Amino acid sequence: MANDDVVLKVDELCTHYLTHDGEVMALDDASFELKRGDSIGVAGESGCGKSTLAFSLMNQVQPPGEIISGSIDLDGVEVTELTEKEARKKIRWKKVSMVFQGAMEIMTPVYTVGHQMKEPLKYHKDVEGKAARRTCERYLELVNLGPEIFDRYPHELSGGQKQRVVIATALLLEPNLVILDEPTTALDVVVEARIMNDLKRLRRELDISMMFITHDLSILAEVSDNLAIMYAGWIVELGDANKIYKDPKHPYTEKLMAAIPDIRTDIDRLEYIPGVPPNLVNPPSGCRFHPRCHKAMEVCREMTPEVYDVDGVKVKCHLYSEDESIAGSQEASYETAYEDETAAEAYEGEIGKEEVEDGIEESEEPEKAKPEI
Amino acid sequence: MADALFRARNLTKHFEITQGLMQKLKFEGKKKVRAVDGIDFDIYWKRNFSIVGESGCGKTTVGKLMMRLLNPTDGKMYMKNKDITKLSSREEIKAYRRQTQIIYQDPFSSLDPRHRIRTILEEPLQIHSIGDSREERSDMIHEALEEVRLTPPEKFLRRYPHMLSGGQKQRVNLARAMILNPDFIVADEPVSMLDVSVRAEVLNLMKDLIDEEDVTYFYITHDISTTRFFTDYIGVMYLGDMVEKGRVGDVLDKPSHPYTQALLVAVPEPDPERVRGEKKVPIKGEIPSGTNVPSGCRFHPRCPHAEDICSEKEPPEKTVEKEHTAKCHFAGEIEFDIEVAK
Repeated sequence: MANDDVVLKVDELCTHYLTHDGEVMALDDASFELKRGDSIGVAGESGCGKSTLAFSLMNQVQPPGEIISGSIDLDGVEVTELTEKEARKKIRWKKVSMVFQGAMEIMTPVYTVGHQMKEPLKYHKDVEGKAARRTCERYLELVNLGPEIFDRYPHELSGGQKQRVVIATALLLEPNLVILDEPTTALDVVVEARIMNDLKRLRRELDISMMFITHDLSILAEVSDNLAIMYAGWIVELGDANKIYKDPKHPYTEKLMAAIPDIRTDIDRLEYIPGVPPNLVNPPSGCRFHPRCHKAMEVCREMTPEVYDVDGVKVKCHLYSEDESIAGSQEASYETAYEDETAAEAYEGEIGKEEVEDGIEESEEPEKAKPEI
Repeated sequence: MADALFRARNLTKHFEITQGLMQKLKFEGKKKVRAVDGIDFDIYWKRNFSIVGESGCGKTTVGKLMMRLLNPTDGKMYMKNKDITKLSSREEIKAYRRQTQIIYQDPFSSLDPRHRIRTILEEPLQIHSIGDSREERSDMIHEALEEVRLTPPEKFLRRYPHMLSGGQKQRVNLARAMILNPDFIVADEPVSMLDVSVRAEVLNLMKDLIDEEDVTYFYITHDISTTRFFTDYIGVMYLGDMVEKGRVGDVLDKPSHPYTQALLVAVPEPDPERVRGEKKVPIKGEIPSGTNVPSGCRFHPRCPHAEDICSEKEPPEKTVEKEHTAKCHFAGEIEFDIEVAK
């Protein structure tokens, strides 16, 4: 069956955070597939659910988060049904590993690099001593580091070297899928370009699938075959990266692309998306993007858009509806962020509520922070 | 060109490394980090100047020197032809800082979480004793919030920083700097912690304020791609030295120092067809430590074009074209071709 090629199949996955203030719908109805050796880039603003998606794939969503429904088929294993113990034994490191955001701080300063690298080998494969050292050194070499790094302490390494160590560790048990959450955000451009080069090479040599998570579309262009653009917990556009870069379909993707400054031409203004992403306890009705959309129509406020197939790219937007009455709906008569930024902000929920009651006492306790998503 | 707003001449900052007893007993002499090593630049009225380079190249130290948060080891700085390295008393420095403000990189930790926005914005006014009454200050705060498009201001005054998004926080930082009507703002990576879409919004706003508020920015960044849009002049720093400077268009279109060329090659591009293969980043290794600056040209151990002369003689500042100089023995001779990068 052709399915043999598919390493990861996510179907209608919903992960919500059950907070005191209500259910935060951090990830809603996410469906996509990833073939062996392919890569997918997940992009969106902070708080759009990209990291939640990654943690769900590892079955490592922290409480109060919970996978509510849907399925994740990772190389034949149904991830959502695993208990914590099973997940640790069966999938983590072996089938899926993750390189976290800010990997610099992830290593313990009191142990050598080698000590920390060996750990997964010991627990999963019972490999110790010299054999473990040899394996580690081989992987260090793969990421362009010398074997002497094995005996170093993290503080002796530069940021780029640390990041390479973390990548090498993620590859140790030959997982099918490596998730890289903002792998180069904290690095300088030159180092970033080199690590990206290494990742491209590794993907080819080791035939592993990679999932890149970032807010910066210009980095994704280099490494992803497929692209998933996320907004407010939804995947709004999904498909072949070349197609999406050339001709973004969803208004959000369009704006996100336009926000990247071009180094070769003189421009007077940068494009941006006014307003802020919504609070997911109380997302906007209809299409979640409509308060910030420059192409918003009347229907967008009322109806949740379906996913439409446009030239092989899946787009969740009313603009592409086959139903003429929807696609040709009137232009929005309500105010979007383009006319009035604060109108769109009403959806901020908590924040929006607070400002209505003016004249709170100065001594009042600080409001509770919005739950970090 | 009119008189420069800000001039730096041979600006130098060396940090001495604290040594332990044993090291002192060895009498090896004091080790120094040469963070900023004799740089010159001019900043003109309402012509933004950006400084780019990898971490550890000394760009933040330059910003701090300009604010007089650090005292230079050597060299002079002039603000409107007044020597600011001579300022010594508290009052003088305080008066200088009224003209010069700074915005930091991290919007999340540069605002006190226990103060409301109103208090945060009132503080600079109190420090500099501006405004006679609470009402007068209130008006100024309102105005400052409107300037940075946090409208209506009443909505934000009573909020705490945690109730704002990253972009809004950075705008509060901007308002806090603007409230004193400075001539000059040092912006140290003001947008690098923000999302791409928000980054654009904040930069647009900062650019609008140049004309609205008559302010000039000194923009410190590692992200060379935003400099073309935001600034008029650029200086590229490497290991404490400014290796290339000039008008931003000239430098980016015709980079003459191999380091600038490498930086440009490394910039990620949002075009999958161009960048699918491995990039040829022309430089090797990582930036050396400032305690151990290589002899001759400080870039030579990493330079793909290095020859014998580079390790022996420090390159002079060569003029490539009008207002565009590069410190390289072969400046103007090395072809830059972004196509090889593909």
